[in-house]
Amino acid sequence: MSKANEGYHGSADYIASKPLMEIVNVSVNLAKPLVIKGEPGTGKTLLAHSIAEALKKKLLIWNIKSTTKAKDGLYVYDTVQRLNDARFKDKDISDIRAYIKLGRLGQAFASDEQVVLLIDEVDKADIEFPNDLLNELDEMSFHITELNEEVAAKQRPIVVITSNSEKELPDAFLRRCIFYYIEFPDEQMMESIIRVHYPDIQDKVVRECIKKFYWIRQVDGLRKKPSTSELLDWIKALAMGGVNVDRISSELPFLGTLLKTEQDTEKVARVASGSSSGFRRRF
Amino acid sequence: MFIDFFYKLRSKGVPVSITEWMSFMEAIYKGFMGTSLNHLYYIGRAFLVKSEAYYDQFDLAFNEFFGGISTEPLDLEKVMEWLENPINKLPKLSPEELEEMKRTLEEMKEKMGLEEMLKQFRERLKEQQERHDGGAKWIGTGGRSPFGAYGYYPGGIRVGGEGWMGSAVKVAEERRFKNYRHDLILDVRQTKVALKKLRQLRREGAEEELDIDETIDKTAKEGGEIELVFAKSRKNAIRLLLLMDTGGSMAPYADLCERLFSAAVQSEHFKDLKYFFFHNCVYQDVYEDLWNAKPIPLEKVLATYHSGYKVILVGDARMGPGELFDKYGCIDYYYSNEIAGADWLKRIKNHYEYSVWLNPTPREYWRHPTVDAIGRQFPMYELTLDGLKDAIKALTSKVKRAAA
Repeated sequence: MSKANEGYHGSADYIASKPLMEIVNVSVNLAKPLVIKGEPGTGKTLLAHSIAEALKKKLLIWNIKSTTKAKDGLYVYDTVQRLNDARFKDKDISDIRAYIKLGRLGQAFASDEQVVLLIDEVDKADIEFPNDLLNELDEMSFHITELNEEVAAKQRPIVVITSNSEKELPDAFLRRCIFYYIEFPDEQMMESIIRVHYPDIQDKVVRECIKKFYWIRQVDGLRKKPSTSELLDWIKALAMGGVNVDRISSELPFLGTLLKTEQDTEKVARVASGSSSGFRRRF
Repeated sequence: MFIDFFYKLRSKGVPVSITEWMSFMEAIYKGFMGTSLNHLYYIGRAFLVKSEAYYDQFDLAFNEFFGGISTEPLDLEKVMEWLENPINKLPKLSPEELEEMKRTLEEMKEKMGLEEMLKQFRERLKEQQERHDGGAKWIGTGGRSPFGAYGYYPGGIRVGGEGWMGSAVKVAEERRFKNYRHDLILDVRQTKVALKKLRQLRREGAEEELDIDETIDKTAKEGGEIELVFAKSRKNAIRLLLLMDTGGSMAPYADLCERLFSAAVQSEHFKDLKYFFFHNCVYQDVYEDLWNAKPIPLEKVLATYHSGYKVILVGDARMGPGELFDKYGCIDYYYSNEIAGADWLKRIKNHYEYSVWLNPTPREYWRHPTVDAIGRQFPMYELTLDGLKDAIKALTSKVKRAAA
């Protein structure tokens, strides 16, 4: 029990739920990668920042793009540079080390102190990407073929992996991780989140906005449900536009900040005016 | 420990693997479960369930397995007094001792069920007069009795420490994650995720990746003069043909089909996506629009879109037998077809190497002459996330279907 009393408890600017805190602590203690999933705007990425801040560790961020290869995170051997240098003979090319650059994962392993490694939006990459990292995350070491050297983690990094579920992650990968799904915040939680950002806006306005926001989210068949960041933008727009509360409930001003596609805007407008929508041709 | 829970999870359809179970056990033995059912619930879930789609099944299993415990009227206040702040830490047990303990548990389980265990627990609670640490019979901390916290007893009942006991069971009871289940109908995003799996990577397009092997080869051949060689990057080569039924009997599934349709159209990773609509059954024409106003001859479709296209047909496949099997069987009186629908379907099937049929009606209602007949032509799947996944598997499998 003593272990749960120390360790991660959230940080000043991040409110973590109790279960999430427990799970962060378990994953830190058992040195297992933590996979965080959830809708956009539920604070997945911020969690890693918060862990790093709370535990006073350095944070390394590896942003994944669609073209990212697993090997990029370990090391890159800059062959072209070396070839180029060889051609002009103005540099010493005999030291291959000068052309091997560690990637984020490599840096995390090589670091003398324990670091927090955030692998952000892992689902952006190719479907096979996480599987290519299995061994490295399991053993916390990898081999540099060019040097015939092993890079092993001096301190096992705390690995946080976020996923937007654009693609599903492979089972073999997930089996080795701890998984947590951050639910979309409920109305109460949302209010405290808004308060953190805009402490000065009237309660009445905030509450009305939240009410409308959750109403829009439950409209069936939206292409993209608005998330926290859109709500924050909306409230800001409303506050700056000086819209009064009655107008918010009656006509949904600045809807464009919440909904990003024309179809969605139309759909919400249609539902708001009471008629139903349809793909139906005939009955 | 809790091995029955493992089987309970499996029986509910949560794909728990041995690896996951073992790391869960590791966490328990290292004492991270804390003292309450809540820890067990949340941490167990984090270790054993790797997709929110299975959270609901986990809730069900958890509730069935542990739900009974919280409903037992335990004298929690009293128990917690004893359990707080263990004086002695976890005893270090040798593997043999652990083995022995597991054996004892098995014997005990055979001898008495969970209810019996709870009864004993309450009796011991009554007998117990003072705080108890260590030892193997009494409720307390650090001991090896099946009751109490921090102990090593595998399968024993844990008594809550932090005072949030019971609420895990309540969370489980609420079944808040029901909507994330995979066997329920899809939303657009889930469908898009599923459709992402539909891909075949081919090297094509602009040459933008450095081909190191080729570069070295070429450079060596040029006598050291550097020659960079680029290769084409890999892209998805899937071409998809979507044929959707807009007939009257499809009306109840309009929303569902709309979601599939939106997902397919929004997915940008296909090499090509063409979609057409039909009414009840495919005849000599399909339509470019929902209202069947812009016909395009099926012959032309077959000629334009080569056999490499993957075909997904969506429909309930339920119609009057005449509509499928007879000439001039089309339900629209103004439309006459000289070739029966079934024959047109056969042509589609023979033309394309890969084709599947997605049926939005639940499988248990599929027993119907025309559904059966079409199901024999095309591999038929339910229009659920699981069904869609299977369909995509069938569309991308390397083994060709045997011709019917």
